[in-house]
Amino acid sequence: MSRSSAFALLLVAPALALVAVFFLHPLVLSVMSAFMANGQGPTLANFSRAFELYSGDIIFTIFVVTSATILTLVVAIAIAGALTLSASASFIAALRFLYRWPLFVPFIVAAQCMRTFLARNGLMNNAFVALGLFDPTTTSGYLDWRGMVITFAWKQVPFVTLLIAGAMASLDRATIEAGRDLGASRLRVLVELVIPQVMPTLLVSATLSFVLMLSVLSVPMMVAGTQPTLITVDMAFRINAYGDYGTANALGVISYLLASGAAIFYLRHTLKDDRR
Amino acid sequence: MKAAALTVAGAAVRTAIVVMMAFAVFGPLANLVLWAFAERWYTPHALPVTWSLRWWEIVFRPTGDAMASLTTSIVIALLTVVVALALSIPAGYALARLKLPFRTLILVLFLLPQAFPSVSIYINVARIFYSLGLAGTVPAVVLVHATQGLVYSVWIATAAFAAVDRDLDLAARDLGASHLTAFWHVTLPLAAPGITASAIFVFLGSLDEFTGTFFVGVPQVNTLPLLLYNAGMGGNYQIASITALILLVPSVVFMLLVERLLGADVLSRIGR
Repeated sequence: MSRSSAFALLLVAPALALVAVFFLHPLVLSVMSAFMANGQGPTLANFSRAFELYSGDIIFTIFVVTSATILTLVVAIAIAGALTLSASASFIAALRFLYRWPLFVPFIVAAQCMRTFLARNGLMNNAFVALGLFDPTTTSGYLDWRGMVITFAWKQVPFVTLLIAGAMASLDRATIEAGRDLGASRLRVLVELVIPQVMPTLLVSATLSFVLMLSVLSVPMMVAGTQPTLITVDMAFRINAYGDYGTANALGVISYLLASGAAIFYLRHTLKDDRR
Repeated sequence: MKAAALTVAGAAVRTAIVVMMAFAVFGPLANLVLWAFAERWYTPHALPVTWSLRWWEIVFRPTGDAMASLTTSIVIALLTVVVALALSIPAGYALARLKLPFRTLILVLFLLPQAFPSVSIYINVARIFYSLGLAGTVPAVVLVHATQGLVYSVWIATAAFAAVDRDLDLAARDLGASHLTAFWHVTLPLAAPGITASAIFVFLGSLDEFTGTFFVGVPQVNTLPLLLYNAGMGGNYQIASITALILLVPSVVFMLLVERLLGADVLSRIGR
């Protein structure tokens, strides 16, 4: 190694040390602890306990996070598509002004907003009742899986829209115009011409959103009831109520496995980009 | 005639979409604002029964919990910025300007703390701090926040240094400046807007951070997000909503600033 690259490594070393000590080290600890019970290992005892107690919540987590990711993508594609293909300048300006706001809202604030907005007596039900859409005697709250899916999507849509609209803006306008000239509807141009070309961006933003939702503790804690809940809440409960690191870390490893498929894709994509 | 009818129908659909989207975006925030000024609000009333500023007075009372949490949050966020920048400026310079082996791998390493399900990471970080006797202290929370913030500070600093014209540095050294002088008086000032933007991201990330503080900071370190959580779960929606509004102010103000600080020349280089 040359002297100059040794110097470069020296400049990067302190920052890397922080990641090593406060991310890689606890990551290794969590995996080791997941495979150990009573100081003995390797064992799968923690995993069988985790599945015994929380298999319902694991499936529920996959369901909620996948639904939220799909809802996020559908809404983001609709907004980005409208921004790209609409002929109405005032419509585009209104959408562009509106869609970004939740991006600036912290997750915990979003959770508190939704905790009131989606409640039985929240502003959403009240607005629909006032418009005559709902019967006030039969309204119910949405503070369950629906609340989580809505809150996650509300928070993630701006970020994903920003990425997708950016990718759509850099597409060749000529193919889009050609499709329109040949009589294709805007929806068909979106589905058959635009979406395939922004697929890499779509998949990256979907995986990032998926992993992020697996990390957020405030939304399941504040927006939904206790049962069923996401495994993030179960992990916190195992620690705070029982000091049970084994089961908590087994659930942690399960969350890594859920995210790893997504992460592998993401890494592959960034590495490919870098080689260019 | 048919074309005109279609145009009208199109405009109506567009208006309906904009109205629905405005409700979806601002409805939850409006509910928050209503709670912040509600004295009493219960079913079946669609709006607060009585209004008051009493809770604002309680939150902003200089000796109250909220002011203590605000101070703690700001101190932690500022210290996090100092730690993150102290580590990221040299790292960003090396990543942008010097010949560095495993460059891509190093960039990805800084991303990992943000691209991983983090709850079990924090559980084990808390355990490490517990064994060191640092659990529930401000330095522990700062280190956790800085680790999460590095992806912004390192990636943006790298992009900011990469966007500075190398020839300016060479010109300064031709005129007799040392490496360090050229860096300090030429390269760093030119990269400063990008680095300031990265500091804003790190500051906001720390200010809004909940999960890490929840595990590492309890029970002594009480930041605004923890106060919000405890008030919200305890059923005091007024305190929770006012705290949430306090957290929103810097987020909105700083994000408007960031757009001015991060030019396209820096933005296009982030993550490269």
